[in-house]
Amino acid sequence: MPSPFFYIFAAMMLSGGLMVIFMRNPVSSALSMVLSFIGLAGIFIGLNAYFVGILQILVYAGAIMVLFIFIIMLLDVKEEESHPRKGLAITAGVLIPVALIIQLTGVILTNDKSSSAPPLTLEAAAADYKQDSVIHKKLISGSLPDVHLIGRKLFTEYNFPLQVIAVLLLVATVGCVALSKKSSAPKNGDKPDKG
Amino acid sequence: MPTPSLNEYLIISGLLFAIGLGGVIIRRNIIVIFMCLELMLAAASLTLVAFSRFSVTDKGLPDYDGQMLVFFIITVAAAEVAVGLAIIVSLYRARQTIHTDELTSLRG
Repeated sequence: MPSPFFYIFAAMMLSGGLMVIFMRNPVSSALSMVLSFIGLAGIFIGLNAYFVGILQILVYAGAIMVLFIFIIMLLDVKEEESHPRKGLAITAGVLIPVALIIQLTGVILTNDKSSSAPPLTLEAAAADYKQDSVIHKKLISGSLPDVHLIGRKLFTEYNFPLQVIAVLLLVATVGCVALSKKSSAPKNGDKPDKG
Repeated sequence: MPTPSLNEYLIISGLLFAIGLGGVIIRRNIIVIFMCLELMLAAASLTLVAFSRFSVTDKGLPDYDGQMLVFFIITVAAAEVAVGLAIIVSLYRARQTIHTDELTSLRG
């Protein structure tokens, strides 16, 4: 019997995902998305990926959810879909994911990966790092220095992608500002219309 | 206490992806469609982290390449949400609607 936390967090994640679809009110959908991502972060932490789990909560539950709620408030979206839904869309929206799941289960069941996660040998890994470094000390004491290892990798092997992603964030910022400006710029002394 | 197997992680990741896909097809509100896209990205991240944990390097640590990819996915997703919501706001300014049923300018 595996750890019950995995199933608790998986149920949280999947029910949050279902609630995103079935809630009529977009604000409820946004909050269900946060529930889903908190469950996902719990699963990440169960996979010894502490940094990614915390990042998931900080970025998604902190920043992205606020952005969604802010836009929903700004646009003043009412309870939607009073007009009838199309049967075709619902049929396709059920059949295509079910077909995907059936295919995926078929593929997964063909390989035998039913063993548990391989154990981490932290003390043995410590030999590769300098004697008095933080990584070495933590590995010797038996705790996984997740953030230190990721930081080391990020600034050595992945230094170039890191700088590319920095440029991408800059481009996104400039793009947002450019998109949010009034598209009809005032010409020839026209007064910019309010609203 | 034994930890779950890789198959279980892959199956719940596939389920989350399918839920996101179903939402993109069924829903009519662009903002909710966008949230479902985020769910699909998160499902891909879960797959990567699971593979990262299960392919332990010969030193005995998790393979951090997968988690680096998740780091970049989260960054790109944040940038994508910002730009996408800016596009939705300017769309709402132009058309006063965010329902995909009513956006039919490109219909042939």
